Amino acid sequence: MTALSLFAVTGAVLIGIGFYGLIATRHFLRRVVAFNLIGSGLFLFFGATGARGGVTDPVPQALIITGIVVAFSASALGVGLVVARARLSGRAALPEEEDGA
Amino acid sequence: MSALVTLLVLPLAGAIAAIALPSPVGRTAALAAIAATTGAAIVLMATVAFQGMPRLEMGGWTPPLGIVLVADGLSVALIVMTALVMASAGLAARHAFAPGTAGERAAFGFWPLMLLLWSALNVVFLSRDLFNLYVGIELLSLAAIGLVAIDGKATALAAAMRYMIFALAGSLLYLAGVVLIHAAHGTLDIDLIATRTAAAPDGLALALMTAGLMAKTALFPFHVWLPPAHAGAPAPASAMLSGLVPKASFAILLRLWFDTMPDRASDGALTLIALLGTAAVIWGSLGALAQVRLKLIVAYSTVAQIGYLFLVFPLAGGASAGVPWAAGAWTGAVFLALSHGLAKAAMFLAVGHWMAVAGSDRLSDLRGLAQLMPMTAFAFALSAVTLVGLPPSGGFTGKYLVMTAAFASGQWAWALVMGGGGLLAAAYLYRPMAVLFARGAQAGAAPPSRARQAVPLLLASASVALGIASAGPFDLLAIGRPLAAEEGL
Repeated sequence: MTALSLFAVTGAVLIGIGFYGLIATRHFLRRVVAFNLIGSGLFLFFGATGARGGVTDPVPQALIITGIVVAFSASALGVGLVVARARLSGRAALPEEEDGA
Repeated sequence: MSALVTLLVLPLAGAIAAIALPSPVGRTAALAAIAATTGAAIVLMATVAFQGMPRLEMGGWTPPLGIVLVADGLSVALIVMTALVMASAGLAARHAFAPGTAGERAAFGFWPLMLLLWSALNVVFLSRDLFNLYVGIELLSLAAIGLVAIDGKATALAAAMRYMIFALAGSLLYLAGVVLIHAAHGTLDIDLIATRTAAAPDGLALALMTAGLMAKTALFPFHVWLPPAHAGAPAPASAMLSGLVPKASFAILLRLWFDTMPDRASDGALTLIALLGTAAVIWGSLGALAQVRLKLIVAYSTVAQIGYLFLVFPLAGGASAGVPWAAGAWTGAVFLALSHGLAKAAMFLAVGHWMAVAGSDRLSDLRGLAQLMPMTAFAFALSAVTLVGLPPSGGFTGKYLVMTAAFASGQWAWALVMGGGGLLAAAYLYRPMAVLFARGAQAGAAPPSRARQAVPLLLASASVALGIASAGPFDLLAIGRPLAAEEGL
């Protein structure tokens, strides 16, 4: 396995783990982490596609950096929401799913 | 060209000013930004109508590396509709979020979030680059989630969290499609991708992006987050969330299918999308019939109205090239989106006034309010005319164009959906109207001033005027209309 496909496969595995976490967990913080895992997997995969053919394409790197900033703001908002909800109600999951959290 | 930049920069500058400056000055700055951006939207519409489509290559970089902004007929129609709704919501919010009446948090947070939302909407309507669209739609979702949570109550926070799960999942699906397209073609410029040689991952990329945007548009079965989120927010926020936000992801879907990859459309996929739209019409209407709170009725109605928009995909299609009805279906769907945006915002603003007087939005508490506030009741009734699709409203023009395409192409089943949906809308809107116009007004708080009551009435009148003067917007939408919309997918 080349280094390149190692990156791509790792990215795909991260996406899979994140997807499992998104569906299987109810605690909202875990879901925020799961979203970040999927995002990181996508970025890794994206970076790997930019390095094919021996010449590195810098465009994916620029887009990944932008994407990381976007993902960071989304995570911050998600954590802010769950903290506010936990302070008010003592729960960190959605009301319809509360039994597991 | 300067209007293009103004539309993106002014709301952002207003948002920063609203945060940075102390309370009364910041609010004035936000209102000034709203007025100036509305003006810029109208200037841009005049430019497109009389001089052609302005195009801006940002920083002087050309595609495939640079990002291009173009204002075509679809862009400016949506931008002007957005400006009308935003200006009305801003006028309503001057009182709803006046210092002292709302919580301090909501009064502070509303203006920057509203302006960020506006900037993001304009980015989405003008961009011709798939990654820039991703950044725009993500900023849009974050601002919208903030608006849902703005009153800080536990139910609003839960609604915002539920919205966030769908919105983030949608973003990641869209991003996955962007990655595949960049890997296959080395560009994300819509016009360059349209002229590409087809590659294997195109179909998968289009499917991923479509699914993601459907989740953000709240198309059935991804609609469950919408009613609590839109009904739980304060009225001016609900007006923007329901009238504008779903239109952004729908506009990207139009750009994807008609501008970017019209060659990847298959009959099966088009039918599946329209079937989901049909399910949304039925499910949303039944949901609206079952509610006893007016805001939830109006929010479920959005689920149903979004369903209509997705009928455009098979109707603007058809196997043969150069079919005469295809452009009608595409234009009709945009008419439906525009008139729904105006009418739904008018409805939410009217409901906001009634809630301030009656203290709740339960139908039983709103009895006889038409006697107390005839102007807002008339605004609600005019909006209902548009949503049901009765002439001479903009909703009628849209439905007429779409149904003509359905009959001309022999796909009459979709025309049945349109007609049946109209009947269902009449049914679920009859209940609140019957209560409002019943005798026996209850003494509550004093009604708002006539000037404030006129705001929803102006919006509702605009949605009807869209039908009466439909030739103008019809010609405007033909500017820069993609070839696939005229010839079919």
